[in-house]
Amino acid sequence: MSATIKPVNFRIPVWAQRFATTVALLLAWEAASKAGLIPARILAAPSAVAGTFWDMLASGELESNLLVSLGRVLTGLSIAIVTGSSLALIAGLSRTGEMAVDAPMQMLRTMPFLALVPLFILWFGIGETPKIALIALGGTFPIYLNLFSGIRAVDKKLVEAGNCFGLNNAALIKHVILPGALPSFLVGLRYALGISWLSLVVAEQVNATAGIGYLINNARDYMRTDIIVVCLLIYSVLGLTTDFIVRTLERFALAWRPSFINVT
Amino acid sequence: MQNQTLFAFKALDPANPSGSPAPKPVVQLRAFTRRFSNNTVLDSIDLEIGEGEFVALLGRSGSGKTTILRTLAGLDTVSEGEVKLPSARAVVFQEPRLLPWKRVWNNVLLGLEPKALGGAKAARTLAQKALSEVGLDHRADAWPSTLSGGEAQRAALARALVREPKLLLLDEPFASLDALTRIKMHALVASLWQAHKPAVLMVTHDVDEAIALADRVLILAEGKLIVERRVDLPRKRQPGQPGFAALRRYFLEQLGVEAEDETQQHAVAKEIILGS
Repeated sequence: MSATIKPVNFRIPVWAQRFATTVALLLAWEAASKAGLIPARILAAPSAVAGTFWDMLASGELESNLLVSLGRVLTGLSIAIVTGSSLALIAGLSRTGEMAVDAPMQMLRTMPFLALVPLFILWFGIGETPKIALIALGGTFPIYLNLFSGIRAVDKKLVEAGNCFGLNNAALIKHVILPGALPSFLVGLRYALGISWLSLVVAEQVNATAGIGYLINNARDYMRTDIIVVCLLIYSVLGLTTDFIVRTLERFALAWRPSFINVT
Repeated sequence: MQNQTLFAFKALDPANPSGSPAPKPVVQLRAFTRRFSNNTVLDSIDLEIGEGEFVALLGRSGSGKTTILRTLAGLDTVSEGEVKLPSARAVVFQEPRLLPWKRVWNNVLLGLEPKALGGAKAARTLAQKALSEVGLDHRADAWPSTLSGGEAQRAALARALVREPKLLLLDEPFASLDALTRIKMHALVASLWQAHKPAVLMVTHDVDEAIALADRVLILAEGKLIVERRVDLPRKRQPGQPGFAALRRYFLEQLGVEAEDETQQHAVAKEIILGS
Protein backbone atom coordinates (compact mmCIF):
# COMPACT_ATOMS: atom_id res chain seq x y z
CA MET A 1 0.00 0.00 0.00
CA SER A 2 1.68 3.18 -1.11
CA ALA A 3 0.99 6.32 0.84
CA THR A 4 1.97 8.67 -1.97
CA ILE A 5 -0.84 10.48 -3.68
CA LYS A 6 -0.57 10.49 -7.44
CA PRO A 7 -1.02 13.92 -8.99
CA VAL A 8 -4.11 14.31 -11.08
CA ASN A 9 -3.25 13.79 -14.73
CA PHE A 10 -5.81 16.18 -16.09
CA ARG A 11 -4.51 19.75 -16.04
CA ILE A 12 -6.14 22.90 -17.31
CA PRO A 13 -3.75 24.69 -19.68
CA VAL A 14 -2.48 28.06 -18.45
CA TRP A 15 -4.13 30.05 -21.22
CA ALA A 16 -7.46 28.49 -20.37
CA GLN A 17 -6.97 29.41 -16.71
CA ARG A 18 -6.24 32.99 -17.71
CA PHE A 19 -9.42 33.29 -19.76
CA ALA A 20 -11.67 31.35 -17.41
CA THR A 21 -12.91 34.39 -15.50
CA THR A 22 -13.55 36.37 -18.67
CA VAL A 23 -15.53 33.53 -20.21
CA ALA A 24 -17.50 33.08 -17.01
CA LEU A 25 -18.37 36.80 -16.92
CA LEU A 26 -19.46 36.74 -20.56
CA LEU A 27 -21.66 33.71 -19.93
CA ALA A 28 -23.19 35.36 -16.86
CA TRP A 29 -23.83 38.53 -18.87
CA GLU A 30 -25.44 36.52 -21.68
CA ALA A 31 -27.60 34.60 -19.21
CA ALA A 32 -28.67 37.77 -17.40
CA SER A 33 -29.64 39.38 -20.71
CA LYS A 34 -31.59 36.32 -21.81
CA ALA A 35 -33.36 36.24 -18.44
CA GLY A 36 -34.33 39.89 -18.88
CA LEU A 37 -32.25 41.08 -15.94
CA ILE A 38 -30.22 43.40 -18.23
CA PRO A 39 -32.50 45.18 -20.71
CA ALA A 40 -31.05 45.69 -24.21
CA ARG A 41 -31.33 49.49 -23.90
CA ILE A 42 -28.97 49.35 -20.90
CA LEU A 43 -26.52 46.82 -22.31
CA ALA A 44 -26.94 44.47 -25.25
CA ALA A 45 -26.21 40.74 -24.82
CA PRO A 46 -22.81 39.45 -26.02
CA SER A 47 -24.53 37.41 -28.71
CA ALA A 48 -26.36 40.52 -29.94
CA VAL A 49 -23.08 42.44 -29.97
CA ALA A 50 -21.42 39.69 -32.01
CA GLY A 51 -24.35 39.66 -34.44
CA THR A 52 -24.28 43.43 -34.84
CA PHE A 53 -20.51 43.35 -35.38
CA TRP A 54 -21.01 40.86 -38.20
CA ASP A 55 -23.82 42.93 -39.77
CA MET A 56 -21.76 46.13 -39.60
CA LEU A 57 -18.82 44.36 -41.24
CA ALA A 58 -21.03 42.87 -43.95
CA SER A 59 -22.65 46.21 -44.79
CA GLY A 60 -19.23 47.92 -44.93
CA GLU A 61 -20.40 50.50 -42.40
CA LEU A 62 -17.73 49.53 -39.87
CA GLU A 63 -14.85 49.51 -42.36
CA SER A 64 -15.64 52.88 -43.90
CA ASN A 65 -15.96 54.61 -40.50
CA LEU A 66 -12.90 52.82 -39.17
CA LEU A 67 -10.91 54.18 -42.10
CA VAL A 68 -12.05 57.71 -41.31
CA SER A 69 -10.97 57.35 -37.67
CA LEU A 70 -7.66 55.73 -38.64
CA GLY A 71 -7.04 58.56 -41.09
CA ARG A 72 -7.56 61.15 -38.35
CA VAL A 73 -5.17 59.39 -35.98
CA LEU A 74 -2.52 58.87 -38.63
CA THR A 75 -2.68 62.49 -39.78
CA GLY A 76 -2.65 63.86 -36.24
CA LEU A 77 0.10 61.50 -35.16
CA SER A 78 2.26 62.33 -38.18
CA ILE A 79 1.99 66.02 -37.32
CA ALA A 80 2.83 65.17 -33.69
CA ILE A 81 5.89 63.16 -34.70
CA VAL A 82 7.20 65.88 -37.00
CA THR A 83 6.53 68.72 -34.53
CA GLY A 84 7.64 66.86 -31.41
CA SER A 85 10.82 65.54 -33.05
CA SER A 86 11.76 68.90 -34.55
CA LEU A 87 11.30 70.70 -31.24
CA ALA A 88 13.21 67.96 -29.39
CA LEU A 89 16.10 68.20 -31.86
CA ILE A 90 16.24 71.98 -31.49
CA ALA A 91 16.14 71.80 -27.71
CA GLY A 92 18.32 68.71 -27.43
CA LEU A 93 21.16 69.72 -29.71
CA SER A 94 21.80 73.29 -28.56
CA ARG A 95 21.68 75.23 -25.33
CA THR A 96 20.07 78.20 -27.05
CA GLY A 97 17.44 75.87 -28.46
CA GLU A 98 16.80 74.46 -25.01
CA MET A 99 16.31 77.98 -23.61
CA ALA A 100 13.91 78.87 -26.39
CA VAL A 101 11.90 75.67 -26.58
CA ASP A 102 12.04 73.69 -23.38
CA ALA A 103 10.54 76.18 -20.91
CA PRO A 104 7.36 76.86 -22.92
CA MET A 105 6.97 73.16 -23.69
CA GLN A 106 7.28 72.24 -20.03
CA MET A 107 4.64 74.83 -19.17
CA LEU A 108 2.25 73.75 -21.92
CA ARG A 109 2.51 70.07 -21.11
CA THR A 110 1.10 70.60 -17.64
CA MET A 111 -2.15 71.79 -19.22
CA PRO A 112 -4.75 69.05 -19.74
CA PHE A 113 -4.90 69.41 -23.51
CA LEU A 114 -8.39 67.93 -23.80
CA ALA A 115 -9.60 71.07 -22.05
CA LEU A 116 -8.65 72.96 -25.19
CA VAL A 117 -11.59 71.49 -27.14
CA PRO A 118 -13.85 74.57 -26.70
CA LEU A 119 -11.03 76.87 -27.80
CA PHE A 120 -10.25 74.66 -30.79
CA ILE A 121 -13.89 74.75 -31.85
CA LEU A 122 -13.81 78.55 -31.73
CA TRP A 123 -10.55 78.65 -33.69
CA PHE A 124 -11.05 75.85 -36.20
CA GLY A 125 -14.82 75.35 -36.35
CA ILE A 126 -16.36 71.90 -36.08
CA GLY A 127 -14.89 70.21 -39.17
CA GLU A 128 -11.89 67.92 -39.42
CA THR A 129 -9.30 70.54 -38.38
CA PRO A 130 -10.01 70.70 -34.63
CA LYS A 131 -10.12 66.89 -34.43
CA ILE A 132 -6.74 66.45 -36.08
CA ALA A 133 -5.31 69.42 -34.17
CA LEU A 134 -6.33 67.85 -30.87
CA ILE A 135 -4.72 64.50 -31.74
CA ALA A 136 -1.59 66.28 -33.00
CA LEU A 137 -1.29 68.39 -29.86
CA GLY A 138 -1.78 65.46 -27.51
CA GLY A 139 0.89 63.38 -29.24
CA THR A 140 3.48 66.16 -29.55
CA PHE A 141 4.31 66.30 -25.84
CA PRO A 142 5.27 62.67 -25.20
CA ILE A 143 7.33 62.60 -28.41
CA TYR A 144 9.07 65.84 -27.46
CA LEU A 145 9.74 64.97 -23.82
CA ASN A 146 11.08 61.49 -24.47
CA LEU A 147 13.21 62.36 -27.46
CA PHE A 148 14.62 65.44 -25.73
CA SER A 149 15.65 63.50 -22.65
CA GLY A 150 16.90 60.67 -24.89
CA ILE A 151 19.18 63.05 -26.79
CA ARG A 152 20.50 64.50 -23.56
CA ALA A 153 21.08 61.05 -22.10
CA VAL A 154 23.32 59.88 -24.96
CA ASP A 155 26.64 58.76 -23.47
CA LYS A 156 29.05 61.70 -23.67
CA LYS A 157 31.92 59.25 -23.97
CA LEU A 158 30.49 57.91 -27.21
CA VAL A 159 30.13 61.44 -28.56
CA GLU A 160 33.74 62.09 -27.63
CA ALA A 161 34.84 58.88 -29.34
CA GLY A 162 32.90 59.96 -32.43
CA ASN A 163 34.72 63.30 -32.35
CA CYS A 164 38.05 61.50 -32.10
CA PHE A 165 37.32 59.38 -35.13
CA GLY A 166 36.60 62.40 -37.27
CA LEU A 167 32.80 62.61 -37.27
CA ASN A 168 31.56 66.11 -38.06
CA ASN A 169 28.41 67.44 -36.40
CA ALA A 170 26.03 66.04 -38.99
CA ALA A 171 27.68 62.62 -38.84
CA LEU A 172 27.66 62.71 -35.03
CA ILE A 173 23.93 63.34 -35.03
CA LYS A 174 23.33 60.59 -37.57
CA HIS A 175 25.64 57.89 -36.20
CA VAL A 176 25.74 58.60 -32.47
CA ILE A 177 23.02 60.89 -31.14
CA LEU A 178 19.94 59.77 -33.04
CA PRO A 179 20.57 56.03 -32.69
CA GLY A 180 21.31 56.61 -29.01
CA ALA A 181 18.05 58.49 -28.53
CA LEU A 182 15.96 56.05 -30.58
CA PRO A 183 14.89 53.87 -27.63
CA SER A 184 13.49 56.95 -25.84
CA PHE A 185 11.80 58.12 -29.02
CA LEU A 186 10.00 54.79 -29.36
CA VAL A 187 8.81 55.00 -25.76
CA GLY A 188 7.47 58.46 -26.61
CA LEU A 189 5.80 57.07 -29.71
CA ARG A 190 3.96 54.45 -27.67
CA TYR A 191 2.70 57.08 -25.25
CA ALA A 192 1.71 59.31 -28.16
CA LEU A 193 -0.28 56.49 -29.74
CA GLY A 194 -2.15 55.83 -26.51
CA ILE A 195 -2.96 59.52 -26.18
CA SER A 196 -4.00 59.69 -29.84
CA TRP A 197 -6.76 57.15 -29.36
CA LEU A 198 -7.94 59.01 -26.29
CA SER A 199 -7.95 62.31 -28.20
CA LEU A 200 -9.80 60.63 -31.03
CA VAL A 201 -12.59 59.55 -28.72
CA VAL A 202 -12.98 63.08 -27.39
CA ALA A 203 -12.58 64.72 -30.80
CA GLU A 204 -15.18 62.50 -32.41
CA GLN A 205 -17.77 63.55 -29.85
CA VAL A 206 -17.75 66.94 -31.55
CA ASN A 207 -20.14 66.92 -34.48
CA ALA A 208 -18.54 64.04 -36.34
CA THR A 209 -20.22 62.95 -39.58
CA ALA A 210 -18.12 59.82 -39.92
CA GLY A 211 -15.82 57.71 -37.80
CA ILE A 212 -16.15 55.37 -34.86
CA GLY A 213 -17.21 58.23 -32.59
CA TYR A 214 -19.94 59.18 -35.06
CA LEU A 215 -21.23 55.60 -34.96
CA ILE A 216 -21.33 55.78 -31.17
CA ASN A 217 -23.17 59.12 -31.11
CA ASN A 218 -25.68 57.87 -33.63
CA ALA A 219 -26.21 54.64 -31.73
CA ARG A 220 -26.81 56.63 -28.56
CA ASP A 221 -29.67 58.52 -30.24
CA TYR A 222 -31.29 55.21 -31.22
CA MET A 223 -30.41 53.51 -27.91
CA ARG A 224 -28.43 50.86 -29.81
CA THR A 225 -26.16 49.65 -27.00
CA ASP A 226 -25.00 46.77 -29.21
CA ILE A 227 -23.41 49.20 -31.68
CA ILE A 228 -21.84 51.20 -28.84
CA VAL A 229 -20.23 48.06 -27.41
CA VAL A 230 -18.93 47.03 -30.85
CA CYS A 231 -17.34 50.49 -31.25
CA LEU A 232 -15.79 50.38 -27.77
CA LEU A 233 -14.26 47.02 -28.60
CA ILE A 234 -12.93 48.45 -31.86
CA TYR A 235 -11.24 51.26 -29.93
CA SER A 236 -9.48 48.81 -27.66
CA VAL A 237 -8.46 46.53 -30.53
CA LEU A 238 -7.01 49.57 -32.33
CA GLY A 239 -5.00 50.49 -29.26
CA LEU A 240 -3.67 46.96 -28.88
CA THR A 241 -2.81 46.68 -32.56
CA THR A 242 -0.84 49.89 -32.75
CA ASP A 243 0.99 49.03 -29.55
CA PHE A 244 1.91 45.71 -31.11
CA ILE A 245 3.16 47.48 -34.25
CA VAL A 246 5.45 49.76 -32.23
CA ARG A 247 6.76 46.82 -30.26
CA THR A 248 7.56 44.98 -33.48
CA LEU A 249 9.26 48.13 -34.73
CA GLU A 250 11.34 48.20 -31.54
CA ARG A 251 12.42 44.62 -32.07
CA PHE A 252 13.89 45.52 -35.45
CA ALA A 253 15.18 49.01 -34.70
CA LEU A 254 16.71 48.08 -31.36
CA ALA A 255 18.02 44.66 -32.33
CA TRP A 256 21.38 45.65 -30.86
CA ARG A 257 20.03 45.82 -27.34
CA PRO A 258 21.03 42.95 -25.07
CA SER A 259 17.37 42.33 -24.18
CA PHE A 260 16.52 41.67 -27.83
CA ILE A 261 19.64 39.75 -28.81
CA ASN A 262 18.59 36.63 -26.91
CA VAL A 263 15.09 36.73 -28.38
CA THR A 264 16.04 36.85 -32.05
CA MET B 1 76.10 47.85 -12.58
CA GLN B 2 72.45 47.78 -13.37
CA ASN B 3 72.87 50.33 -16.11
CA GLN B 4 75.49 48.22 -17.79
CA THR B 5 73.08 45.36 -18.09
CA LEU B 6 70.54 47.69 -19.59
CA PHE B 7 72.85 49.12 -22.20
CA ALA B 8 74.21 45.72 -23.19
CA PHE B 9 70.90 44.95 -24.90
CA LYS B 10 70.62 48.24 -26.67
CA ALA B 11 71.58 46.90 -30.12
CA LEU B 12 68.72 44.43 -29.97
CA ASP B 13 66.07 47.07 -29.42
CA PRO B 14 63.99 46.94 -32.60
CA ALA B 15 62.54 50.38 -31.99
CA ASN B 16 65.90 51.98 -32.20
CA PRO B 17 68.30 49.49 -33.73
CA SER B 18 71.14 51.91 -34.49
CA GLY B 19 71.06 53.41 -31.04
CA SER B 20 70.90 56.82 -32.71
CA PRO B 21 69.08 59.73 -31.06
CA ALA B 22 65.29 59.78 -31.19
CA PRO B 23 63.88 59.84 -34.74
CA LYS B 24 62.09 62.85 -36.17
CA PRO B 25 59.28 63.87 -33.84
CA VAL B 26 55.64 63.28 -34.67
CA VAL B 27 54.41 65.04 -31.55
CA GLN B 28 55.91 68.18 -30.11
CA LEU B 29 54.80 69.95 -26.97
CA ARG B 30 56.65 73.13 -25.99
CA ALA B 31 55.99 74.78 -22.64
CA PHE B 32 52.48 73.38 -22.75
CA THR B 33 50.45 74.48 -19.76
CA ARG B 34 46.86 73.64 -18.97
CA ARG B 35 44.84 75.31 -16.27
CA PHE B 36 41.28 74.69 -15.12
CA SER B 37 40.21 77.96 -13.53
CA ASN B 38 42.94 78.46 -10.87
CA ASN B 39 44.18 74.90 -10.86
CA THR B 40 47.31 74.23 -12.94
CA VAL B 41 46.96 70.66 -14.13
CA LEU B 42 49.92 70.64 -16.51
CA ASP B 43 52.83 72.94 -15.91
CA SER B 44 55.09 73.82 -18.82
CA ILE B 45 55.39 70.38 -20.37
CA ASP B 46 58.03 69.70 -23.03
CA LEU B 47 57.48 66.46 -24.84
CA GLU B 48 58.56 64.95 -28.13
CA ILE B 49 57.51 61.61 -29.49
CA GLY B 50 59.50 60.24 -32.39
CA GLU B 51 58.10 58.50 -35.44
CA GLY B 52 57.30 54.92 -34.50
CA GLU B 53 58.33 55.43 -30.90
CA PHE B 54 56.42 53.78 -28.05
CA VAL B 55 56.19 56.07 -25.04
CA ALA B 56 54.53 55.15 -21.79
CA LEU B 57 53.31 57.83 -19.43
CA LEU B 58 53.09 56.78 -15.81
CA GLY B 59 51.48 58.73 -13.05
CA ARG B 60 49.17 58.46 -10.11
CA SER B 61 45.56 59.42 -10.59
CA GLY B 62 45.19 63.17 -10.66
CA SER B 63 48.72 63.69 -11.97
CA GLY B 64 47.44 65.15 -15.23
CA LYS B 65 48.21 62.21 -17.49
CA THR B 66 44.68 62.02 -18.84
CA THR B 67 44.83 65.73 -19.67
CA ILE B 68 47.98 65.19 -21.75
CA LEU B 69 46.30 62.35 -23.58
CA ARG B 70 43.17 64.41 -24.26
CA THR B 71 45.32 67.21 -25.60
CA LEU B 72 47.16 64.85 -27.93
CA ALA B 73 43.82 63.43 -29.02
CA GLY B 74 42.66 66.92 -29.93
CA LEU B 75 39.83 66.73 -27.39
CA ASP B 76 41.09 69.61 -25.29
CA THR B 77 41.77 73.23 -26.14
CA VAL B 78 45.33 74.54 -26.24
CA SER B 79 45.69 78.02 -24.78
CA GLU B 80 49.23 78.12 -23.39
CA GLY B 81 52.28 76.73 -25.13
CA GLU B 82 52.82 75.09 -28.44
CA VAL B 83 51.36 71.76 -29.54
CA LYS B 84 52.16 70.06 -32.83
CA LEU B 85 50.21 66.93 -33.69
CA PRO B 86 49.89 64.73 -36.76
CA SER B 87 46.45 64.78 -38.32
CA ALA B 88 46.23 60.98 -38.45
CA ARG B 89 45.52 60.10 -34.82
CA ALA B 90 43.55 57.37 -33.16
CA VAL B 91 42.59 56.66 -29.59
CA VAL B 92 41.85 53.51 -27.62
CA PHE B 93 40.04 54.53 -24.45
CA GLN B 94 39.87 52.77 -21.14
CA GLU B 95 36.36 51.60 -21.98
CA PRO B 96 35.98 50.29 -25.52
CA ARG B 97 33.44 53.00 -26.45
CA LEU B 98 32.01 50.98 -29.33
CA LEU B 99 28.68 52.24 -30.63
CA PRO B 100 26.25 49.57 -29.39
CA TRP B 101 23.93 50.04 -32.41
CA LYS B 102 26.60 49.27 -34.99
CA ARG B 103 27.88 45.80 -35.63
CA VAL B 104 31.55 45.27 -34.81
CA TRP B 105 32.82 45.71 -38.38
CA ASN B 106 30.81 48.92 -38.77
CA ASN B 107 32.33 50.22 -35.55
CA VAL B 108 35.78 49.55 -36.96
CA LEU B 109 34.93 51.74 -39.95
CA LEU B 110 33.42 54.56 -37.86
CA GLY B 111 34.09 57.91 -39.45
CA LEU B 112 35.56 56.43 -42.63
CA GLU B 113 33.70 57.06 -45.88
CA PRO B 114 33.15 53.84 -47.85
CA LYS B 115 33.58 55.89 -51.02
CA ALA B 116 37.06 56.98 -49.98
CA LEU B 117 37.93 53.35 -49.30
CA GLY B 118 36.84 52.21 -52.77
CA GLY B 119 33.23 51.22 -52.19
CA ALA B 120 31.19 49.27 -49.68
CA LYS B 121 32.77 45.93 -50.52
CA ALA B 122 36.32 47.20 -50.20
CA ALA B 123 35.39 48.88 -46.91
CA ARG B 124 34.01 45.63 -45.53
CA THR B 125 37.17 43.79 -46.61
CA LEU B 126 39.29 46.40 -44.89
CA ALA B 127 37.31 46.06 -41.66
CA GLN B 128 37.57 42.28 -41.87
CA LYS B 129 41.32 42.51 -42.33
CA ALA B 130 41.71 44.85 -39.36
CA LEU B 131 39.60 42.53 -37.23
CA SER B 132 41.59 39.45 -38.23
CA GLU B 133 44.74 41.27 -37.19
CA VAL B 134 43.38 41.44 -33.66
CA GLY B 135 41.97 37.90 -33.91
CA LEU B 136 38.36 38.99 -34.01
CA ASP B 137 37.29 38.36 -37.61
CA HIS B 138 34.81 35.71 -36.46
CA ARG B 139 32.96 38.39 -34.46
CA ALA B 140 32.69 40.94 -37.27
CA ASP B 141 28.89 40.69 -37.46
CA ALA B 142 28.30 40.60 -33.70
CA TRP B 143 26.68 43.37 -31.69
CA PRO B 144 29.19 45.04 -29.34
CA SER B 145 27.13 44.16 -26.27
CA THR B 146 27.80 40.47 -26.90
CA LEU B 147 31.60 40.88 -26.79
CA SER B 148 33.68 40.11 -23.71
CA GLY B 149 35.79 42.89 -22.22
CA GLY B 150 38.93 41.69 -23.97
CA GLU B 151 37.15 41.23 -27.30
CA ALA B 152 35.64 44.71 -27.12
CA GLN B 153 39.04 46.23 -26.43
CA ARG B 154 40.50 44.33 -29.37
CA ALA B 155 37.72 45.70 -31.56
CA ALA B 156 38.64 49.18 -30.31
CA LEU B 157 42.26 48.47 -31.28
CA ALA B 158 41.17 47.39 -34.74
CA ARG B 159 39.10 50.57 -35.06
CA ALA B 160 42.16 52.65 -34.17
CA LEU B 161 44.62 50.82 -36.41
CA VAL B 162 42.42 50.54 -39.48
CA ARG B 163 43.06 54.23 -40.16
CA GLU B 164 46.85 53.74 -40.08
CA PRO B 165 47.47 56.47 -37.51
CA LYS B 166 50.77 58.32 -37.21
CA LEU B 167 49.99 58.63 -33.53
CA LEU B 168 48.18 56.01 -31.50
CA LEU B 169 46.94 57.05 -28.07
CA LEU B 170 46.19 54.40 -25.48
CA ASP B 171 44.36 55.60 -22.37
CA GLU B 172 44.82 52.87 -19.75
CA PRO B 173 43.38 50.52 -22.34
CA PHE B 174 43.79 47.33 -20.31
CA ALA B 175 42.98 48.65 -16.85
CA SER B 176 39.56 47.03 -16.70
CA LEU B 177 40.66 43.64 -18.04
CA ASP B 178 41.58 40.64 -15.93
CA ALA B 179 45.29 39.90 -15.46
CA LEU B 180 45.51 37.04 -17.95
CA THR B 181 43.67 38.89 -20.69
CA ARG B 182 45.88 41.90 -20.02
CA ILE B 183 49.05 39.90 -20.66
CA LYS B 184 47.65 38.59 -23.94
CA MET B 185 46.72 42.15 -24.89
CA HIS B 186 50.28 43.32 -24.20
CA ALA B 187 51.62 40.77 -26.65
CA LEU B 188 48.98 41.79 -29.20
CA VAL B 189 49.72 45.49 -28.87
CA ALA B 190 53.45 44.83 -29.15
CA SER B 191 53.03 42.87 -32.37
CA LEU B 192 50.56 45.36 -33.87
CA TRP B 193 52.93 48.18 -33.06
CA GLN B 194 55.80 46.30 -34.76
CA ALA B 195 53.63 45.75 -37.83
CA HIS B 196 52.21 49.26 -38.20
CA LYS B 197 54.86 51.34 -36.46
CA PRO B 198 52.73 54.25 -35.27
CA ALA B 199 54.11 56.51 -32.60
CA VAL B 200 52.36 55.45 -29.39
CA LEU B 201 51.60 57.29 -26.21
CA MET B 202 50.21 54.91 -23.62
CA VAL B 203 48.89 56.33 -20.39
CA THR B 204 48.96 53.78 -17.61
CA HIS B 205 49.47 53.35 -13.91
CA ASP B 206 50.82 49.85 -14.31
CA VAL B 207 54.62 49.96 -14.11
CA ASP B 208 55.09 46.44 -15.49
CA GLU B 209 52.90 47.28 -18.47
CA ALA B 210 55.01 50.35 -19.18
CA ILE B 211 58.30 48.44 -18.97
CA ALA B 212 56.94 45.58 -21.05
CA LEU B 213 55.90 47.76 -23.97
CA ALA B 214 57.64 51.13 -24.05
CA ASP B 215 60.84 52.45 -25.61
CA ARG B 216 60.73 55.30 -23.18
CA VAL B 217 58.91 55.81 -19.92
CA LEU B 218 57.84 59.18 -18.57
CA ILE B 219 56.52 59.86 -15.12
CA LEU B 220 54.17 62.72 -14.50
CA ALA B 221 53.62 64.10 -11.02
CA GLU B 222 51.63 67.18 -10.10
CA GLY B 223 51.63 68.43 -13.65
CA LYS B 224 55.34 68.07 -14.32
CA LEU B 225 57.36 65.43 -16.10
CA ILE B 226 59.71 64.32 -13.35
CA VAL B 227 61.26 61.24 -14.94
CA GLU B 228 62.24 60.31 -18.45
CA ARG B 229 63.99 57.00 -19.00
CA ARG B 230 64.66 54.78 -21.99
CA VAL B 231 63.89 51.08 -21.63
CA ASP B 232 66.58 49.22 -23.48
CA LEU B 233 65.60 45.67 -22.59
CA PRO B 234 65.24 43.29 -25.53
CA ARG B 235 61.68 42.84 -26.75
CA LYS B 236 59.30 40.08 -25.63
CA ARG B 237 60.04 41.47 -22.21
CA GLN B 238 59.07 39.55 -19.13
CA PRO B 239 59.23 40.52 -15.48
CA GLY B 240 61.80 37.77 -14.87
CA GLN B 241 64.41 39.01 -17.33
CA PRO B 242 67.55 40.83 -16.19
CA GLY B 243 67.09 44.51 -15.69
CA PHE B 244 63.32 44.38 -15.47
CA ALA B 245 63.17 44.29 -11.68
CA ALA B 246 65.67 47.13 -11.35
CA LEU B 247 63.63 49.31 -13.67
CA ARG B 248 60.46 48.48 -11.85
CA ARG B 249 62.07 49.37 -8.52
CA TYR B 250 63.29 52.63 -9.96
CA PHE B 251 59.93 53.67 -11.41
CA LEU B 252 58.04 52.65 -8.31
CA GLU B 253 60.41 54.70 -6.19
CA GLN B 254 59.83 57.69 -8.43
CA LEU B 255 56.11 57.17 -8.08
CA GLY B 256 56.58 57.13 -4.31
CA VAL B 257 55.51 53.54 -3.74
CA GLU B 258 56.82 51.77 -0.63
CA ALA B 259 59.10 48.77 -1.05
CA GLU B 260 56.53 46.57 0.57
CA ASP B 261 54.06 47.29 -2.18
CA GLU B 262 56.73 46.54 -4.73
CA THR B 263 57.47 43.02 -3.54
CA GLN B 264 53.78 42.42 -3.48
CA GLN B 265 53.43 43.64 -7.04
CA HIS B 266 56.39 41.51 -8.06
CA ALA B 267 54.81 38.44 -6.54
CA VAL B 268 51.57 39.13 -8.38
CA ALA B 269 53.38 39.59 -11.67
CA LYS B 270 55.34 36.38 -11.21
CA GLU B 271 52.24 34.43 -10.41
CA ILE B 272 50.60 35.70 -13.55
CA ILE B 273 53.55 34.75 -15.76
CA LEU B 274 53.81 31.26 -14.28
CA GLY B 275 50.06 30.85 -14.47
CA SER B 276 49.91 31.65 -18.16
